[in-house]
Amino acid sequence: MIHLSASEMAAKLVAGETSSVALTQAHLDRIAAVDNDVHAFLFVNTEGALEQAHAVDAKRAAGEKLSPLAGVPLALKDVMTQKGVPTTAGSKILEGWRPPYDSTVVTNLKNNDIVILGKTNMDEFAMGSSTENSAYGPTHNPWDLTRIPGGSGGGSSAALAAFEAPLAIGTDTGGSIRQPAAVTGTVGVKPTYGGVSRFGLIAFSSSLDQAGPCARTVLDAALLHEAIAGHDPKDSTSINAPVPAVVKAAKSGDVKGMKIGVVKELNGDGYQSGVRTRFEESLELLAAAGAEIVEVSAPNFEYALAAYYLIAPSECSSNLARFDAMRYGLRVGDVDGASAESVMNLTREVGFGREVKRRIILGTYALSSGYYDAYYGSAQKVRTLITQDFNKAFEKCDVMVSPTCPTTAFKIGEKSDDPIAMYLNDIATIPVNMAGIGGMSLPAGLAPEDGLPVGFQIMAPAMQDQRMYLVGAALEAALLTKWGAPLLSMAPALVGK
Amino acid sequence: MSSLSRDDVANLARLARIEMSEEELVSLSNEFTVILDAVARVQEVAGADVEPTSHPLPLRNVFRPDVVVSSLTPDEALSGAPAQEESRFRVPQILGEEA
Repeated sequence: MIHLSASEMAAKLVAGETSSVALTQAHLDRIAAVDNDVHAFLFVNTEGALEQAHAVDAKRAAGEKLSPLAGVPLALKDVMTQKGVPTTAGSKILEGWRPPYDSTVVTNLKNNDIVILGKTNMDEFAMGSSTENSAYGPTHNPWDLTRIPGGSGGGSSAALAAFEAPLAIGTDTGGSIRQPAAVTGTVGVKPTYGGVSRFGLIAFSSSLDQAGPCARTVLDAALLHEAIAGHDPKDSTSINAPVPAVVKAAKSGDVKGMKIGVVKELNGDGYQSGVRTRFEESLELLAAAGAEIVEVSAPNFEYALAAYYLIAPSECSSNLARFDAMRYGLRVGDVDGASAESVMNLTREVGFGREVKRRIILGTYALSSGYYDAYYGSAQKVRTLITQDFNKAFEKCDVMVSPTCPTTAFKIGEKSDDPIAMYLNDIATIPVNMAGIGGMSLPAGLAPEDGLPVGFQIMAPAMQDQRMYLVGAALEAALLTKWGAPLLSMAPALVGK
Repeated sequence: MSSLSRDDVANLARLARIEMSEEELVSLSNEFTVILDAVARVQEVAGADVEPTSHPLPLRNVFRPDVVVSSLTPDEALSGAPAQEESRFRVPQILGEEA
C-alpha cells in the first residue's frame, strides 16, 4: 500500500478499500523500520497523526464531502510551525520549542484532512544543499545511504523516496525543493513567489522563500499544490488571485504546440555527462509528444549564484536576529549579573551551526555601511538583469527547461569543507528564485555512469504554474512508457529492521 | 581581491551578537577571501543604469481592515519563554547598574 501514489491511496480511501488509520499506521510502521538508516524525520507524531486519521475516517463514515487528498499522510519540513509539535528548523537554537500556532500551510493541510506524520530533517534554517548542516545529523539518500538526499529539504525528499510518506512539504529559497527532488528521483515544485503563504514558515530569506509540494508523481504534486496554495491575509506578500489550475494541467499533459526553451547557459561544461544524456533524451520525448524545442539565452544567469550568496545572507542576517534568547528557544549564560548582550552572544554561539554563522557574518558585511552598494546593491541589480533575461526568453517560449542540478547525489562529507563547491549545486535552480517565478523538478532517469537519479527542471512565468504541470505530466508519461515502471521501483530495497 | 581580516570578522561577529572562538575567527577570515572573490562578480554587470530589485512582487502598502481578531493568549505567547515572571518574559539585565 505504501508504494502507491497519493492519488491512488486517495482512490482506495474513497472506495472504502482501506482507511486513513490503516494507511497512516502502514507509514508509521515503515518509518519505524527504515528511518534509523535514512533519518528523514526529526520528530514522528504517532499520536497526532493517528488522531487526525481517526477523525477523517469518522467524517467519511458520516458521509461528509471530503477534499481529494483527505486521509492521505504527509511529511512536513521542520521549518513549518505546527501547533504543539516540536519545530526546530534543523537548529539547536530551537531545540524543544513547541510553537503556539499553526503555519498557514499546516492550517490548509488540516482543513484538507491531510494527515501530518511528523517533521522532516533539513539543513539548519534551510541553509544548505545536502542536509549535512542539520544540527541533528544528516539524512541519507535512499538510493545510496552513503550519499546526500539534497538540501535543504533532504528529509522530505528522502521520506518520499523511502516510501515513508507519499507527500511532503518543502520550502525553496534557492532550490531546496527542486535539488532534493532531483537527487532522489522524486517530484518537487516551487510555486510562483506568493503562491503559497509564508505565515509560519521560519524565515531565511523573505524575498526568496517559497513553500511548495513534494511528491512521487506530477499529479500528486498538483493535488497538494492546490491544497496549500492561495491568498492569505496573514502574509501580505501572498498573491490575491486564483490559484493556477495545476491539477487540470497535470491530468491533461497535452504539450502539442507548446514551445519549450532550452537555456543555453544551463547545460554543457560543468554538467555531468549522464545528466546531459538524460536531459537530451527528455527533450526528444517532449518533441515526440508534440512540443517544439527552441534554444533561449539568459546571459546574466552566470551571475545569479554570486547575487544569491549576497541577497540570501543579507536577508538571513536580519531575519535571524530574532533568535535573541529572550522570548523562546535556547538561552545560554543567564547567570546572575550577566547582561542581555552577553546572553545573546553566548546563546547564538552555541545555538547556530557553522554555515548559519558564516552566512550571518557575510550578510552583516554585505549590508554594512561602505560596502552596501558594492555588494547588496549590486546583487539587487543582478536580480533585475536575471528577471529581464527571463522576460525576454519567455517571449520566445512557454516554459524554459534545464537539468535541475549539474551532478547526481554526491557522497556525504564530500563537499562539506568547501562552501563554494557546495554552493555550485544550486547554479541552475537559483535564477527561478531571483525572479520569483515557478520551477519544477521531476525524474528524468538514471545517469548511466553511477545509476543515480537525474532531475529535469521546468520553469514557467509568474502565475503560469500550470504550464510546468502540463510539461511535467507529458514527460512523466513518456518516461513511464519507456521504463515500464516508475523510477523509484528501480531503487535498491531498504533492508531496515 | 577582497578580504576580511581576523579583526574585521571579530567586529562583524560583535555586531551580529555571536561569540566566536579564536579558531573560528581565523578560519572564517580565510574562507571569506574565497567567498568574497566569488560574490564580487556581481559588480561586473551592475551598471549605474540598472534599477535594483528588492522583491519579486511590485507590492505597496498592503492593508487589512482595522478589525480586532483573535491572537495568542498570554499563556500561549509565554509558552516557549526561557524564563518568565508575572506573565511577562524575564530577561537578563539590559541596562547597566548605574542607569
